[in-house]
Amino acid sequence: MSVANSHETDTPRPIDGRTDFPPVYRASLADRFRRFLSPDSVITDDETIRPYECDGLSMYCEMPQMVLLPETVEQVQQIMRICHAEEVPVVARGAGTGLSAGAMPHAGGIVLSLARFNRILSIDPQARSARLQPGVRNLAISEAAARHGLYYGPDPSSQIACTIGGNVAENSGGVHCLKYGLTVHNLLSVEVVTAEGERVTIGSDGYDSCGMDLLALMTGSEGLLGIVTEVQVKLLPKPEVAQVVMAGFDTVQAAGAAVAGIIGHGIIPGGLEMMDGFAIQAAEDFAHAGYPTDAAALLLCEVDGTEEEVHDHIHQAESLFRALGATSVRTSGSEEERALLWKGRKSAFPAVGRISPDYYCMDGTIPRSQLAHVLTEMQRLSDHYGLRVANVFHAGDGNLHPLILFDANVEGEFERTEAFGGDILNLCVAVGGSITGEHGVGMEKIRQMPNQFGNLEVSQFHAIKQAFDTLGILNPGKGVPTLRQCQEYRAIGPLRQPDVAQAGEAHHG
Amino acid sequence: MGDISQQLAEQVKQAAETGTALAITGGGSKPFLGRGLRGQPLSLAEHTGIVSYEPVELVMTARAGTRLADIDAVLAENNQRLAFEPPRFGDTDTIGGTLAANLSGPGRPWQGSVRDHVLGLRLINGRGEHLKFGGQVMKNVAGYDASRLQAGALGTLGVITEVSLKVLPLPAMEQTLVQPMAQQQAIDTMNQLAGQPKPLSAACWYDGHLYLRLSGAATAVEATAKRWVADSGGEMNVLEDGEAFWRDLRDQRLSFFSGSEPLWRFSVNPTAALEELGERTLIDWGGAQRWSRQDESLSVMAERAARAGGQVSLFCHGDRSGEVMHPQPSPLRTIQKRLKAAFDPNGIFNPGHLYSWL
Repeated sequence: MSVANSHETDTPRPIDGRTDFPPVYRASLADRFRRFLSPDSVITDDETIRPYECDGLSMYCEMPQMVLLPETVEQVQQIMRICHAEEVPVVARGAGTGLSAGAMPHAGGIVLSLARFNRILSIDPQARSARLQPGVRNLAISEAAARHGLYYGPDPSSQIACTIGGNVAENSGGVHCLKYGLTVHNLLSVEVVTAEGERVTIGSDGYDSCGMDLLALMTGSEGLLGIVTEVQVKLLPKPEVAQVVMAGFDTVQAAGAAVAGIIGHGIIPGGLEMMDGFAIQAAEDFAHAGYPTDAAALLLCEVDGTEEEVHDHIHQAESLFRALGATSVRTSGSEEERALLWKGRKSAFPAVGRISPDYYCMDGTIPRSQLAHVLTEMQRLSDHYGLRVANVFHAGDGNLHPLILFDANVEGEFERTEAFGGDILNLCVAVGGSITGEHGVGMEKIRQMPNQFGNLEVSQFHAIKQAFDTLGILNPGKGVPTLRQCQEYRAIGPLRQPDVAQAGEAHHG
Repeated sequence: MGDISQQLAEQVKQAAETGTALAITGGGSKPFLGRGLRGQPLSLAEHTGIVSYEPVELVMTARAGTRLADIDAVLAENNQRLAFEPPRFGDTDTIGGTLAANLSGPGRPWQGSVRDHVLGLRLINGRGEHLKFGGQVMKNVAGYDASRLQAGALGTLGVITEVSLKVLPLPAMEQTLVQPMAQQQAIDTMNQLAGQPKPLSAACWYDGHLYLRLSGAATAVEATAKRWVADSGGEMNVLEDGEAFWRDLRDQRLSFFSGSEPLWRFSVNPTAALEELGERTLIDWGGAQRWSRQDESLSVMAERAARAGGQVSLFCHGDRSGEVMHPQPSPLRTIQKRLKAAFDPNGIFNPGHLYSWL
């Protein structure tokens, strides 16, 4: 399935995103790149381009004019100078594991793959930092740092494959965000090649820089402001001990109250995850972790730190959960048991994938106090659309990942899934949350942006983009909707109420 | 306590129409920062009040003119605090000013800075538009991070009117250890200890002594303190009124900070030797922040900072008519000028406060 780019009439720049680009003459443009790139670094045939047509959100795809695989920063600069001069759209790409179609190619542009920038440049154990090329995999950082007793904090679930450059682009999180922060909290500096092809370092070996915080602005900017060519991250000492308490509850409300109880008690867990009954069942069938399948909600509360601290906090967490009505409480007694308890949670996505032909992962955030309301409302929507939903939830930081189950082969079912997902995100905004906690807006959530932001904010975003990318060639069409799109999407309105009969018909048809 | 944001937006609109420079002020506690303010005062001192506070959500939203002291008092009732330990240069420091100046205390390497705790904000741009960025949730990656962008901008992009912050529980226990030590050895020791999984929460070298703070569960703090004291062979001792020391360091009330000699702030690689700064140095942030008193030019200091992997600013005193911040490379200067124009097309907010060219 491809998603059409709205290349037609639109509000003109400078206050808006760019949608019109000059035609690309593929052969002559490729020749210009071949002057300084090796032949295998310029891919123009459709068959080899095909794997680049989408990222982890495969429902959104598009074929670019070509894919470039530079090997040096100088080459990236040269590519950008040409693309800037010719006004060719550039979509940067890491491992392509993103879940919001942020790396979906532009039909009239190039994909700039940073896959060959895969070296760990240096690790400084004394200063607890690492310099990395952007294509280094997230997990590879912690693996390389392990011999110094150090690790890299953010651990998105795709950490085996996703790259640090992509993490910077998305401001990736993971299960340990509440205590250890997102990517933005764990960076020291990034080297960026600008839209004009200039190479510049933002940040330093020190913690704070003079002037406005461009490092924070770059983080999570989804490839719309520059091409990240080097990343310096902070490393943390590996905690002495980590233990996990698993607690089952009869109701989602009780589990939510237990989350509030733990935090109210002054404990900031390393990880605090919740799963609903459907997700518990699916994960248990898959991982056999010993989850209480009769529970309506399950909490996994991991405490890490020194031996003394963990001992104290685990004891307190166990007592608290029991006092707050846990129907079962189990604490990991060994590293193996801890890994097993996490295995269920970590395999929740494939587990759900096993019981449904397809699933669609959402990424809204909400104030924790709204959890019960949001889950109740989500169940109502689930009945409404005739689509099942399983919930895994970074409960500590309010990040929901509802998994909508569907079958792409059933006519119209993906469209209904998208509508359902859109309603969930609008619901998140309505209770004071956000349409995305860690996956980014990309192409996927453009429709929901106008519900979270007004035209003034959207215009300010376009003005920010223009400060970095005067011609609007970096990842056009992503991240921030045009004002015209805002108008269209708002006209449809938040919390669309589809025709139930029609939805049911499509489901059974 | 009140919301005067409409009135502020009106004032901005008028200034934009007439091209009048505005000097944004909060509590007036940090007039020494930057290159001085010129223009018609735009005061947020009356724009105060905590808009919402949910202890269990770990989130507080306050109007920009709210004093830190008032925020502290409300948080303390719930056994919480601003973990970035904002410095107080008087009784009137505000949360908006703290963010604009990007000021954080001794715990910064471990607990993060003010910008790390910002979840969202409201801001009046140079068109008088009252904008809302970010939110009140821990994770939010929709749109550009225009909230954290404001940290360190010294009000050059807009008038911050409201800030949402992550707040955290007070540590159950804190203990301070002190040991006489030479500068270089202190730098090595700080970095070595910071690499251990122990509840270290601040590390400073001042006046020939290494100061370490431990924060966390009582058992963990006590066990670590006991072990480090034993490891030192009796050189290290528990400092009785440790809290006062860290407060005086945070608020620059140690004798090192008195007097009118130029005060330089280096933000550098925590392991850098920086011997050229000499003995009139105070090391904070486990080595990553160095304070130096000396009469020297910015260009010489900037070179030293760059060799140490970081940046420098002339924090207070000295010649404030020239540049006081680390020089920006040409592409970043261009981007920051354009960003300034993107937020403040008429250039009315704190012109020349951060850099002469901004």
